[in-house]
Order: sequence, then structure tokens, then C-alpha cells
Amino acid sequence: MIAELGQLSLALALAIALLTSVFSFWHIRRETLGSHYLSRALGGSALLTFLLTGVAYAALVFSFISSDFSVRNVAENSNSALPIAYRFAASWGSHEGSLLLWVLMLAGWTAAVALLSGRLAAGFRVRVLSTLLLLQVAFLLLLLASSNPFLRILPAVLEGRDLNPLLQDPVMVIHPPMLYMGYVGFAVSFAFALAALLEGRLDPTWARWSRPWANAAWSFLTVGILLGSWWAYTELGWGGWWFWDPVENASFLPWLAGTALIHSLAVTDKRDALKSWTVLLSLVAFALSLLGTFLVRSGVLTSVHAFATDPTRGILILSLLTAVVGVAFVLYAWRTREVGLGGSFSLVSRESMLLSNNVLLVCSLAAVLLGTLYPLIVEAFGGEKMSVGPPYFEAVMAPLLLPAAWLMAAAPWSTWKTTRAQSMLRPLVWPLLVSIAVAAGFVVLRGKGSVMMVLGLMSATLLATATLAHATGRVRLSAQRSLWARFSVHGMSYWAMITAHVGIAVFIAGVTLVNTYEVEKDLVMRVGQTEVIEGWQVRFDGVRLAPGANYDAVQAVFQLADSSGKFITNLTPEKRRYLAGGQTMTEAAIRYGWFGDVYLSLGEPMESSDDAPQAWSARIYLKPFIGWIWLGCSMMALGGAMTLFDRRYRVRGKAPAAPIVVTA
Amino acid sequence: MKRKFLIVLPILFLVALAALLARGLQSDPRHLESTRIGRPAPVIVLTTLDGQSFDSRTLTGQVWLLNVFASWCSACVIEHPALLQLASQQRMPLVGLAYKDKIDDTRGWLFERGNPYSSVPVDLDGRIGIEYGVYGVPETFVIDAAGIVRLRHAGPIDNKFLAQLEAILAEQGEKK
Repeated sequence: MIAELGQLSLALALAIALLTSVFSFWHIRRETLGSHYLSRALGGSALLTFLLTGVAYAALVFSFISSDFSVRNVAENSNSALPIAYRFAASWGSHEGSLLLWVLMLAGWTAAVALLSGRLAAGFRVRVLSTLLLLQVAFLLLLLASSNPFLRILPAVLEGRDLNPLLQDPVMVIHPPMLYMGYVGFAVSFAFALAALLEGRLDPTWARWSRPWANAAWSFLTVGILLGSWWAYTELGWGGWWFWDPVENASFLPWLAGTALIHSLAVTDKRDALKSWTVLLSLVAFALSLLGTFLVRSGVLTSVHAFATDPTRGILILSLLTAVVGVAFVLYAWRTREVGLGGSFSLVSRESMLLSNNVLLVCSLAAVLLGTLYPLIVEAFGGEKMSVGPPYFEAVMAPLLLPAAWLMAAAPWSTWKTTRAQSMLRPLVWPLLVSIAVAAGFVVLRGKGSVMMVLGLMSATLLATATLAHATGRVRLSAQRSLWARFSVHGMSYWAMITAHVGIAVFIAGVTLVNTYEVEKDLVMRVGQTEVIEGWQVRFDGVRLAPGANYDAVQAVFQLADSSGKFITNLTPEKRRYLAGGQTMTEAAIRYGWFGDVYLSLGEPMESSDDAPQAWSARIYLKPFIGWIWLGCSMMALGGAMTLFDRRYRVRGKAPAAPIVVTA
Repeated sequence: MKRKFLIVLPILFLVALAALLARGLQSDPRHLESTRIGRPAPVIVLTTLDGQSFDSRTLTGQVWLLNVFASWCSACVIEHPALLQLASQQRMPLVGLAYKDKIDDTRGWLFERGNPYSSVPVDLDGRIGIEYGVYGVPETFVIDAAGIVRLRHAGPIDNKFLAQLEAILAEQGEKK
């Protein structure tokens, strides 16, 4: 019953979204109905579709929690021994469930826009909401036609097949929703851009309205990618954190486009410049989200993430992608000249700095896209399936992203319209000296370094010190009395920028240091034996059985001590065998630290003679500063979130200056 | 004029991309013909992962499998269980060519996932890969007792490959 209820709500949501969006487009174009009337009706319809898709999602979750194995999706992705939290997560572990999550989030973003856009001009609001509802129609159709999560199997099976054990990890419970919030969030700036093109009018207010949404989506996407990377680190068992896998790239592409977008929106907002470019980026960011969904779900590229290949489904998603993006691009080609280019600026100015940043980001985007699709291109010209590996990506990304860091270091000193190059470069002298000192210090103290390492570390230090120097300069020179007032006078957006940029510096430092100084060693240890690795003492205390709810496990106990022999912690890596599917998983033990992790994974028992104690193989990694990678990403996401609290958005309704804003 | 062209550029790009992806969906991802088939397998003389020397000529007289893999290759993860199973049957030598990979990475990768290979020659610069005409990773070759390449498979090995392998093994068994 419950599953049928879910299906029914989806059908209802489809009907409502289809009718109201088409109806509104029809009437707003011919001006046969008042835009205020349509605007209010669409608001209601947006909330209603959110409610209905919410009910559908709840029905799916209920089927999972109650282990209703007559629902095919549940039978294929869950198991009665699966812990409750993972049953919940299993609801988006399959293609069908994740597509439903997609639709739910799209409906959620639409409802949020409906609730927060009361002060938008009615005609504009109608176009934004209709666009979003029409997107919902497309995805609901796809869902119901090819990927219905509520299909039954009769007769029902007694036991489910279980969720892929790799996905049975706490991080995996929140990674997909975060990532999807980001993907789908770019639909809002997409809809804003389309609505502006449809109206043939684009002013700074458009950018001001679009900015918080783009920032929010970008923050979610950042958190999503961060969690995915951290999951790979803890779960895949060999300490890597990014593999340039097609599906990882699929999330990185919209991130790069989104990063370019939030910066170019700033230019359009403040200076009314780069308009046409900003609109294009809004469209491209969402197009890449769709491409990402297609790559993950069609299995067109071989990847650890692409679990099933289904050409029919792939063709459907591809048609949807082409239709949505095609309409957007045609509209863009047709209307963008009416929108105009916007204001001009000189060669050295904040605008040009942000434009250069955009160019670098878009070049990296093109490089990643090429690398990701290269196997398909080779294939189209007669070659065969292949993987393009990290060597390519590492070689192309560093030369593109390091200059972006240098630009970022100078950026805070630039001013709108025009800047003297001197006034931007002079403040960088001290940070540059500091960065040379830090890089030299590391090379001397650790006795190991490469050109890339020195460049990376210098860029990171330069960026961090320059950014912090700018911030302290601002606070010190401020006319305000109290320290708090000195901070708050600059607005949340400024501090958000500082946080995010320092985050990037922290990230670059982490990547550089872990790549240069990581140490790994294969160990074969008997009980009681102690090994010393770079000052860490590791003693093997033996193995014990540690069964979990749905798996058997062998757990090894290693005692970790520092060079003086002081006990630090027990490391307990495991080898698990999941009962439902019989898969073996390695569960690494990690001792997290600010300056590096100790990462230990358990190998196999070794053959030994009868009287000797059992020996086990194990592999230990020392990963200096690896935590900084995720710390840096968190700071970036935090920066994105901080912008949402800027005064400018809180008082947004009070300034009906531009034509778009009309008091409701 | 120039500007007009720039504006339709996104559309052209989209059309090309859609065509590419549609084509990608149509083609059978694992099918491959090769000029190598029916010819003597290029000789491999390399150092293995544990520092021993490997010479493919020592394998003449039996059917053997050459699997090209790398730790950076995501598709290799998919075929790995199948290789482990093949290895456990111990019916033929399974040679894993570590293709353009860092030695430490290969070692770690095999350590975590289990090592199905009887030997792992290291092809750091991809020279052997070129001689075999490797397009991408993973790729698997079956070489018969006479040292002739009989089968080549690009992408993760699948049931079809295993069936073909069985056929070759059966035929070679009869010859003896």
C-alpha cells in the first residue's frame, strides 16, 4: 500500500507541475492573465509539489525501514540485517532512489525559491518558478517512465540482496544528499538566467538575487565532494583521497563552473559587467550537473561508481540533458544581445582579476572535461574503452590552478574599474618573503623537496599570508572603536571571502605536503613485535574476532606510541566479510592528527610454523598534513555559507531601486 | 559576424557532446579486434615488482594470460575479483603488466585487493604496452602454447571473455 501511495503522489506532483508551469508560460507570454495572479498560483504549486514528492520519498524510506522486500528496489538494495541508518541511506543507494532524491531536492529548492522570492517582480518570479517546475516535470517523467523506485516483484522475495558494503559507512549516509543539494541547487541560478533571457532584461538586481542561491548550491557541492573524498580515504583502504575517476570528475566539473559563476556574479552584481558571460556560466553550471548525473547513471564511462549499465535509461537521460541544455543555449544565442555586455573596465582592475580567475577556472574545466570524455572520443574514432589516469590530470591541473592562487593573493588589494598594478603588488612583498622562508624551511628540515613541492607550498603560504595581511590591515585601519565593530563593519561577504581563500591555501598546503612527505611501509609482524617508522613505534598485540550486525570481522590490535615510547592510542584495523553478499572489505584504522595521520590497514595472516606465534601482514602509511585537505575544503564551504548571512541579503526587500523589485 | 559565431558556439558544443555520448551508449564497450591476434606475442623482458627478472619466453609451451593494469585505473577494480578467481583455479600463469604506474602505488593496490598474478613485470615507461598496442587499461591478452596472441580484450574482463578463454584452453588441451 505504502509504495503505491508514493507512486500516486509522484503522479500527482507531475500533473500539478506540468499543468501550472505550461499554463503560466502560456499566459505570461500572451499577457492574458495577471502576473500577480500567476505568481501566487505558482507559489502554491511549488509548495504542493514539494509536499507530494516529500510524501513519495517518505514512502520509499518507509519501505526500506520496514524491509518490504516486495518492492524491487528494496529487495535489491537492502537486507533485514542492515542497521537502520544504512537502510535509510540505502533509499538513495540505487539509481531509482537517487533519482527520486534528485526530484525531491529540486522540489525543495523550488519551494525555497517560492517562499523567499515574494519581493521579486511578479513577471520575473512567474518565469523562474515555471522554469523550475518544468524541470521537475522532466525529471518526474524520467523517474516514472524508466526508473520507478516503487515497482513490486511478485511473489515477494524473503531476503534482500543488501546494500553494497562499500557504501555502508557513516559518511556515505550524508555524502549523496549533500552532493545532490549542490547539483540541483544550480538549477536555481539556471532558472534565474533563463527567466532573465525570456524577459530579455538583465540588470544588477538579477545577479543580486541569483548570488545567494549560487553560493548556497556551491557550498553544498563543496561539502558533498569533501565527504566523498574523505569516504574514499577511510573506506577504500589505501589512503588515497582523489582518483580522477569519471564520477569524481563529474562532481568536480560543476564545482569549477560554480566557482567561476559565484565570482562572475559578483562582477555583474557590483559593476553590471560581464553579463553575457555570467548568464552563460549559470547555464553551464547546471548543464554540467546534468552531465554529471548522466555520467554516473548511464555507465557510459567505466567507473567504480557506475554500478549498472543500461543503454535505454542512458538514452533517456541524454535526451533530457540535450533538451534542457539545448533550449537554454538556443535561448541564450537568441536573446543574449538584448541583455547586453554591461559596463567596461580597464586592464588592471578587480573586474579583470575576476575575469582572469574565470578564464583559469574554465580552462581547468575544459581540461578535466577532455580527460573525462577522452575515452569516449577515442572510441568514437575507432579506438576502444580506456582510462585516462591521474598522470594526465596532475600534469594539467597544477599549472592552471597555481596561477589562480597567485591571482587570489593579490585580489583583495584590487579595486573596481581600475587599479594601479603597484598598489596590488607592493603588499605582496612580505608574504612572498614569508613563503620563500616557509618552503626553504621545509626543504631544509625534511631534507626532501621538488620543484612542484616548493611551488605549491610557496603559493599556499603566499595566499594565506597575503589574505590574512589584508584582513588584519583592514581591521587595524578601521575607524571604529570596539574590535567587534571593526570586524563587522566590513560585512559578512568580506570575511566569507577571507575564510574561503585561506581555505584554498590550507588545501593546497595539505595536497603538496602529503604528496611530498608521505611514507608507506609493508610490515610483517608477529604478536609482541615492535616496528619503528619515522619515529612512530607500532607494536602488534594480536587479533580478535569483532563481528558486527551484518558482517564477521577479524580485528587486529596495534599499539601506537611516539618516539619516546609514550602510549598514544590503539589502532584496530579490520577485515570484514559481509554475510549477505560475501564481500571482503578492509577497514583501515586511522589516527587523525593536525600535522598528519597514521593510517594502518590489515593484510593477510602469514604462513608460519606451528610453534611460532601467528604473523600478519599490514601496511602503514604516514600521511603528513592530509587533514588539511578537508579542513581547507570545509573552510571554503563555510565561506560560501557565510555569504548567505550578509546584510545585503537580509534587507534585500527594503530597496526597491531596480525595476525588478516591486513591493508585493 | 565573429560575435554571432561565438554565441552559437555553446549550441555546437552541446550537439557534438550529445552525439559523442549517444555514440558511447550505442557501442558495445568491450568489443575489440586487433591486428595482433594470430601473430607471435612480443617478447617481454622486464624486472618484476619484487625485483626479479621476468622473461616471457620461459612461459612458452603453455597458455598464459597477460593482464595490463594500473593502480590509477578505476576499471581495473571492477575486473579484479574475476582475476582473483581465475588465479585461485591455478590453471595458467597470470602475468600482470603494471602499466605506467608508480611501483609503490602498484604494490599498495595489490596489497589491498589481493594479488592474483604469478608475476608482475613493471612497465614503467609503457614500452611493452606500445609493442602490444595497448590503448588503455585494463586490457587482457591470451597467449597460447606456441606463443601466439589468441585473444585480446579491452576493458574489464567479463563472462564472454571467460567463455572464449575456456574455448582456447579446451582446444590447446586437445593438441596435447
